[in-house]
Amino acid sequence: MSETLVREAPARAKPRTLKLDETIVEIVSDSGEGAQRCGQSLGAIAAKSGNGVWTVEIIPAEIQPPARSVAGASGNRVRIGARAITNGGDEADLVVAFNEQVLLGRVRAGELKPGCIILLENMWANDRNPAIVQSYTKTCEELRKAGYRVVEIPMEQECRKLVTDPRRGKNMFALGMLCSIYSLDLDLAREQIAITFGKKDKSVIQINTELLEAGWNWADANLDFRYSIPAVRATEPKLVINGNTALALGVLASGMDICAMYPITPATSVSHYLSDVFERVGGLVHQAEDEIAACAFAVGASYAGKCSVTVTSGPGYSLKQEGIGLAVMAEIPMVVINVQRGGPSTGQPTKGEQGDLLTAVFGSHGDAPKVVMAASSIEDCFYSVITARKIAEAFNMVVVVLSDANLATGQQPFPRPKFSETWLAPPVDQNAVAKGAKPYDWDKVTGLAQRFIPGQPGGMHTLTGLAHDRDSHVAYDPLINEEGLRHRSLKLAALQKTLKPPKLFGDDSGDLLVIGWGSTKGAIEEAVERLRREGAKVSALHLQFLQPMASGLKEIMQRFGKVMTVESNWSDDPNDEIIDAENRRYSSLAIMLRSRTLIDIDCWSEVRGRPIKPGVVVDVLRAKLKG
Amino acid sequence: MMLDTTQCLLRLYEEHHELEDYQGGVPRWCTGCGDNAILTAMQRLCRDNDLKPEKTVFVSGIGCSSRLPHYMRTYGFHGIHGRALPVAEGIKMARPDLNVFVNTGDGDCCSIGAAHWIHGIRYNMNMTVVLHDNHVYGLTKKQASPTSPRGLKSNTTPRGSALDALNPLTVTLGVQNVSFVAQAVDWIPEVLYEILTAAFNHRGFSFVRVMQRCPEFLPKMFDPWLQNPQKTLLLTHPNGLKLSANMAKVYKNQQEHDPLDIDKARSIASIEDPIPVGILYQNPEVPCYEDLRNAGQLRTADYIRAGLEAEFDKFTVWPAGEERASA
Repeated sequence: MSETLVREAPARAKPRTLKLDETIVEIVSDSGEGAQRCGQSLGAIAAKSGNGVWTVEIIPAEIQPPARSVAGASGNRVRIGARAITNGGDEADLVVAFNEQVLLGRVRAGELKPGCIILLENMWANDRNPAIVQSYTKTCEELRKAGYRVVEIPMEQECRKLVTDPRRGKNMFALGMLCSIYSLDLDLAREQIAITFGKKDKSVIQINTELLEAGWNWADANLDFRYSIPAVRATEPKLVINGNTALALGVLASGMDICAMYPITPATSVSHYLSDVFERVGGLVHQAEDEIAACAFAVGASYAGKCSVTVTSGPGYSLKQEGIGLAVMAEIPMVVINVQRGGPSTGQPTKGEQGDLLTAVFGSHGDAPKVVMAASSIEDCFYSVITARKIAEAFNMVVVVLSDANLATGQQPFPRPKFSETWLAPPVDQNAVAKGAKPYDWDKVTGLAQRFIPGQPGGMHTLTGLAHDRDSHVAYDPLINEEGLRHRSLKLAALQKTLKPPKLFGDDSGDLLVIGWGSTKGAIEEAVERLRREGAKVSALHLQFLQPMASGLKEIMQRFGKVMTVESNWSDDPNDEIIDAENRRYSSLAIMLRSRTLIDIDCWSEVRGRPIKPGVVVDVLRAKLKG
Repeated sequence: MMLDTTQCLLRLYEEHHELEDYQGGVPRWCTGCGDNAILTAMQRLCRDNDLKPEKTVFVSGIGCSSRLPHYMRTYGFHGIHGRALPVAEGIKMARPDLNVFVNTGDGDCCSIGAAHWIHGIRYNMNMTVVLHDNHVYGLTKKQASPTSPRGLKSNTTPRGSALDALNPLTVTLGVQNVSFVAQAVDWIPEVLYEILTAAFNHRGFSFVRVMQRCPEFLPKMFDPWLQNPQKTLLLTHPNGLKLSANMAKVYKNQQEHDPLDIDKARSIASIEDPIPVGILYQNPEVPCYEDLRNAGQLRTADYIRAGLEAEFDKFTVWPAGEERASA
């Protein structure tokens, strides 16, 4: 045979490349070993290739968890598809792990698909510590017994050929392997490394490129599986960013000048990025002494100038309540961004939750009407801030923008926004105030009044957080107090009249309507789509405005046999022993919708500190359809 | 002659203000309240410096002191308890062109707003901050404040307060970036006015503690000092407070003190009896936060757009063939 004449060492034939519609890859390591950078790079390369992508950060709760610990898994999940991807999906198809302990963390969390491929660093088999050798060997055995396909890989050994400390660099070797396994363009990967390490020395880019190529070559020569996910190269430019970067760019694009904040997880990276870029275009990030001061600073800046923004997460949001109430009372425009995390109290700082909806709507003592919006995608994070600024200044109201930890660190490509001057705030009005005009000249229909800004001749008045009349004089008359409350409330109704009813995902009538808000949109709609393919009569509705709510919701609900919400906040399980129809605590949106529509809306929720999986929603909806 | 005429003509177009131009609502403070003296001194200061009422903002928190903005005819911001300083900082950052004054009390500043006080000193933004220190909570009807003397019987300390009083001067002088600290008493209006004027003319965070009488809840608190001029220590200096002949005759207990000397200032600050009155410390070299942060930059739409597009470029995935064209 002619084959015998070919002098190639491996007798193994090149593996056949399997086409996949989509796949989920996880890369996990100890903190500081670079798995997150590997995952983010993989996501960016796939996005550049034209694939749909969604990335989810896997974050340990501690800053320096001990090495090789089950709870210390740090890394990234990357879901790559032939079409647009809107969420992190179900279980992983392939995992790269730098040690068996972080891998076990993912196994025990139920994040791996049965039988999935595991690419595991094998240096632990020869560790000097016999306990480690035993743990490693035993884990490999058990996982194989459980049906996983464990491939032990000498990553450390291979990297050592190029660098003295493979702990820094192994991640690029892993990236090379993954690019080879998923048939991604090596040139795109090289380009990505140049971007990632662009700020560093050229030699850093050089060595990381070599590690990437080594990983690629090793996988090419040694692995007998190869996949490709068909990609359609984009026809329009797209941005690949995470939700917090999108929020920061939204602040920049809204024309706001001042952002006041105090460091808090998971909101802080908004300010990190903004501190870097905002000031280059004349904006300012003020890191205040505390959350209360950050809010008060934003209130002061908004009062004397353009609308300002303060960015925070749960505990910080609680601390800002009195300042928010002041802005509501005095009708000072302000944008408050709350990147929600698990609560109450310190809760789960790095994990996402939708637990702050009712606080956002009803927070601050007394009746403090404010606008509440929720971003449901990375793209939405960007545009929400622009819309929020406009509403805040048009209605002289506080606008709360809710995001969460899942959006904060998730990455997804979306069309590059086309700049519009209408995004920007107008200059501060310094014209003289008309004779006889009053600082709170409330319109009797809409509640709106012109805002007097310091510097405007003739507009001098003392703004107060006390109940006040149209002249901003402290109100001692009981009727004046009611007049103020009435007009501040009317502004919400005036805004509500301008809102379009949300669009249904699916048919406009059916057996079940599932309603959501915020970051769960992708998972809910994917679940609904799967069920609809099976013939189920399910539709989804996603709310962008939680306060005020668009009109027509009740009419939509009445066209469905059953209505329920799916949320990532607490609700009592109706099957619990002492839970009944009278004492059951519903999820936040369900509470609001039930009171507004008097429809018996059910809810299902999960508060596990991770994105809700579409597969789980499918099961929930299926049960609801049957039950 | 020509010059004089021109100047006269120009002055015709200048705005001049009378005391009435700064008088707002009728004060609702008690008769004999020291806040009235502070208000009068403030109105005089505005008139004598011809401050445009529309370019002037009085910011306050909550308490008797914090009613002051209502009695001015400028812009006023009567906010929430303890937060006058961060509100004022936001105003100054957004609008460095405005004259910003803060009126705060011993509860507002030294208790609930203490964190903001410390950091306000450190930011050193250009504003005049007046601490109306009457040693007691008045608006809520007699509770001990952080500056109440130990043993004060009040509604929350019926057997006498347990702790020694906090000294706002030593605290302020202990904070990095402190740039102006003075003390005045409400019952010597001429000196109060001089000190507030010096504070206003200082570029930075000018902190003036005013010993203020509360006739309702602590009517006798300052009697010994009112009755005996020797119990007031006047700090004088060519760079500090200059006394009129009349004042010098009445208040003979004087000490020359150079406001640049922070060590001396700290030692004077800790004197409780006699009450030191004058400028304890002034350092014009401390930079203002709003200057360091380049506030007030003109941001045109083109300017913002250029910055935004440059950021978009960093994260853009271009369709095949377009990338180089745009770069």
